[in-house]
Amino acid sequence: MGNLIGKSVKRVEDKKFITGNGEYTDDIKLSRMTYASIIRSPHAHAKIRSVDVSKAKDAPGVVGAFVGKDLADQGIVGVPTGWQVNFKNGDQMKEPPHPILATDKARHVGDAVAVVIAETAAQAKDAAELVEVDYEVLDAVVTASKAMEAGAPQLFEDVPNNVIFDWELGDKDSTDQALANAAHVTKLNIVNQRLIPNAIEPRSAIGDYDPSRDQYTLYSSTQNPHLIRLLMCAFVLGLPEHKVRVVARDVGGGFGSKIFHYIEETLVTWCSKQLCRPVKWTAERSESFISDAHGRDHETVAEMGFDSNQNIVGLRVKTIANLGAYLSTFAPAVPTYLYGTLLQGLYTTPAVHVDVTAVATNTVPVDAYRGAGRPEATYLLERLLDTAATELGTDPAELRLKNFIPPFDGVDQPGYQTQVALQYDSGNYEAVLKKALEISNYEQLRKEQEEARKEGRYLGIGFSTYIEACGIAPSAVVGALGARAGLYESAAVRVQPTGKVSVYVGSHSHGQGHDTTFAQLVADYFGIAMDDVEINHGDTESVAFGMGTYGSRSLAVGGSAIVKSMEKIKEKGAKIAAHLLEASENDLEFAEGKWTVKGTDKSVGFGDVSLTAYVPHNYPENLEPGLDFTSFYDPANFTFPFGAHIAVVEVDAETGKVEVKKYFGCDDVGNVINPMIVEGQLHGGIVQGIGQAILEGAAYDAEGQLDNPSYMDYAMPRADDVPDFELERTVTPCPHNPMGAKGAGEAGTIGAAPAIVNAVVDALQPFGVKDLDMPLSPQKVWRAIQQSS
Amino acid sequence: MKKQVQITVNGVSYRGEVEPRQMLVQFLRENLELTGTHVGCDTSSCGACTVVLNGRTVKACTVLTVQADLGEVMTVEGLASNGELHPIQEGFREQHGLQCGFCTPGMMMSAWQLLQDNKNPSEGEIRHALEGNFCRCTGYHNIVKSVQYAATKM
Repeated sequence: MGNLIGKSVKRVEDKKFITGNGEYTDDIKLSRMTYASIIRSPHAHAKIRSVDVSKAKDAPGVVGAFVGKDLADQGIVGVPTGWQVNFKNGDQMKEPPHPILATDKARHVGDAVAVVIAETAAQAKDAAELVEVDYEVLDAVVTASKAMEAGAPQLFEDVPNNVIFDWELGDKDSTDQALANAAHVTKLNIVNQRLIPNAIEPRSAIGDYDPSRDQYTLYSSTQNPHLIRLLMCAFVLGLPEHKVRVVARDVGGGFGSKIFHYIEETLVTWCSKQLCRPVKWTAERSESFISDAHGRDHETVAEMGFDSNQNIVGLRVKTIANLGAYLSTFAPAVPTYLYGTLLQGLYTTPAVHVDVTAVATNTVPVDAYRGAGRPEATYLLERLLDTAATELGTDPAELRLKNFIPPFDGVDQPGYQTQVALQYDSGNYEAVLKKALEISNYEQLRKEQEEARKEGRYLGIGFSTYIEACGIAPSAVVGALGARAGLYESAAVRVQPTGKVSVYVGSHSHGQGHDTTFAQLVADYFGIAMDDVEINHGDTESVAFGMGTYGSRSLAVGGSAIVKSMEKIKEKGAKIAAHLLEASENDLEFAEGKWTVKGTDKSVGFGDVSLTAYVPHNYPENLEPGLDFTSFYDPANFTFPFGAHIAVVEVDAETGKVEVKKYFGCDDVGNVINPMIVEGQLHGGIVQGIGQAILEGAAYDAEGQLDNPSYMDYAMPRADDVPDFELERTVTPCPHNPMGAKGAGEAGTIGAAPAIVNAVVDALQPFGVKDLDMPLSPQKVWRAIQQSS
Repeated sequence: MKKQVQITVNGVSYRGEVEPRQMLVQFLRENLELTGTHVGCDTSSCGACTVVLNGRTVKACTVLTVQADLGEVMTVEGLASNGELHPIQEGFREQHGLQCGFCTPGMMMSAWQLLQDNKNPSEGEIRHALEGNFCRCTGYHNIVKSVQYAATKM
């Protein structure tokens, strides 16, 4: 119809951001607004003997101060998790309460124990200094494998050995047998370190109780306004959902960390009711470090077996996952259904078994961070592949090509049933790797590496071929896997009388460019100008319902909901057009914004039809006026984007510093609406992967203090840490959604970390270095070189 | 005890009383309600609060309002003139140099400083000049392109 699909249209949302007119939560100023400062535990594990806010209450400007008991007295237990995973023996997982403000014990540095609210932020902060908390410090445990040991400090009375659940997937017996009979087994002990997501906008929330209407509004920097409302109303505060509105205007990046229902959202909402005034809380960065959910934190033993022809015969994985002090919203799903299910990778491995133990520790809760489980799965697979290639004396690209699942389109050839529950939708893995080899000029790179080594320079080339499960997710499937919510999406498409179109979609944009991509989709479908389309999201009052944005789902699921509503509009529009043209509906075709009687020049435009729908003077019998449809789209399957990344690094053997020299990728995210936006998503993702590989990592000491709780200490990629990227795409459409789109938000992060580490290990081959855990800091690399030589 | 200040922001003169401990970024955001300048950290590491003070970029989270007394400040709201986008703003839009937009105002001010000092910077010089500004979304690739675009237009 239109000609907008596949075009790199410039973003419509940019104007407000480049002129300083974005509206982030902290930019919102309400009349009579007050400011909250939260008092947080400085100890990782401590009994709370008493909390005294009396001095703070008397401080200048203070309008209120509350402790855990104030909420507990009103029956408020805490925030729930949204996913349940049972123990192997069928017992329910342990689900200790996560109080809004701790009462008996503080369980991590940053655990909230009291709140002070004042007329200004500075007054609140001053008064917070006057709160007296009497702690009895207890021994802490921060490493999951240590928390499981006998005699380790216990976080909760009824969670023995701090084990939240254990879980397995795949066929254990056949996997054990395959590895026992394998000609070669490659084994790695892997630590996938804890990361801190660090969206540049700190979290912020404003509670605004309106006593005149007995209604609540929560403004929050969330990826997920409807789910926050549902959780807060049904499970935390017991508020009637129709009396609560959640608004997420512009949100400054999320990367997963703004999916979850945080205690601060409930706290400001509840405090606002107590005070009958708006209450704003905005995290300072040092507060973000100890209160935003962290990511990753796995300890894993992974073994991959090969036959004498270098075919993979089995994969055995044993992982201990650190969930932190409390169960965050998606936490149980991340090291299980978003991790174990991806261990087939791109390979025909006939036997796979994964065993996971999830453990509580005295650290900040861990939850989904860009990729969520899939980077952890991909990292171990791709490290095993490159390590095996070295051990077997073969080329890492060759070893992959030998073991790839053959191409299948999901239409003529069926989807690929993995050993770990999922059925891949469509894939052509050979194609992406071959393209990546081509654009990187691989053979030439190997020659350059050889030459460099002669000169005493250490170049390394690393591979990563990844698959991920996106478009999260079919509700029935996730329900069977323990999700406590469905994962469909809703979209209303409202054609206004003049033919302008307002879209209300449950997907939330916090950098992904939905205002542009969705407008392209709609304008293209109806053959109208993009300026005539407005995309609305992030407000529970205007959007029917929504499951939010994460798991690279916005286009595949939210976009599909929009398409469903547009189909209904086209169908009804055809009835109106047929009436106006005095023709049969069957004789009409819709193109370029008008309905035309086939083979004639008789036509009626989209705007005429919409006007008729709202001014139905000359109108079909038995047809309702109006042109406005809401649809819910529940996907038939996940989508499975994939790709091949090749990193080239140089290691300075004198200092251990890793420089990423070149980066090549060929990704397949299915059909693409806006290539510019997709490429931008990949760039950002790759840099977060590079960040994990060489720079980032939460450093907890044995007492549970976070030793790098600021940007002075926690290293993240800056502009001069990374190179330009050379990216290509292949297109293997998703066979089960109307656009054939798969999702691109997390691909870069998943692909990048193993490619970089593989490249560094490759560079260090002359020193006999076989394995290194991330982040590959200069000190770590230098030590490895020193120890080997 | 409050202090009297007079500060010109984007060509408009403001007079007011502020607490001596107030940071310039708070003055801009709270007193003047110019919320285009953002706060991303508390250690002057992220650059989201970068503004121009008396012709040089500063991180407004580490400058006291009283230090800017009698000074001239330019914020992101002052980049465009007469409804025309500044070439840097144009560059960021044309080259997809922003995603969530939170770091963008500070990033553009740092780019402004670079292009004042160096009309034709190399890729390496651009990356070096933007080192004080975090972006977590774009991977910097398109930010570099945006600044290159602006350089050709200025």
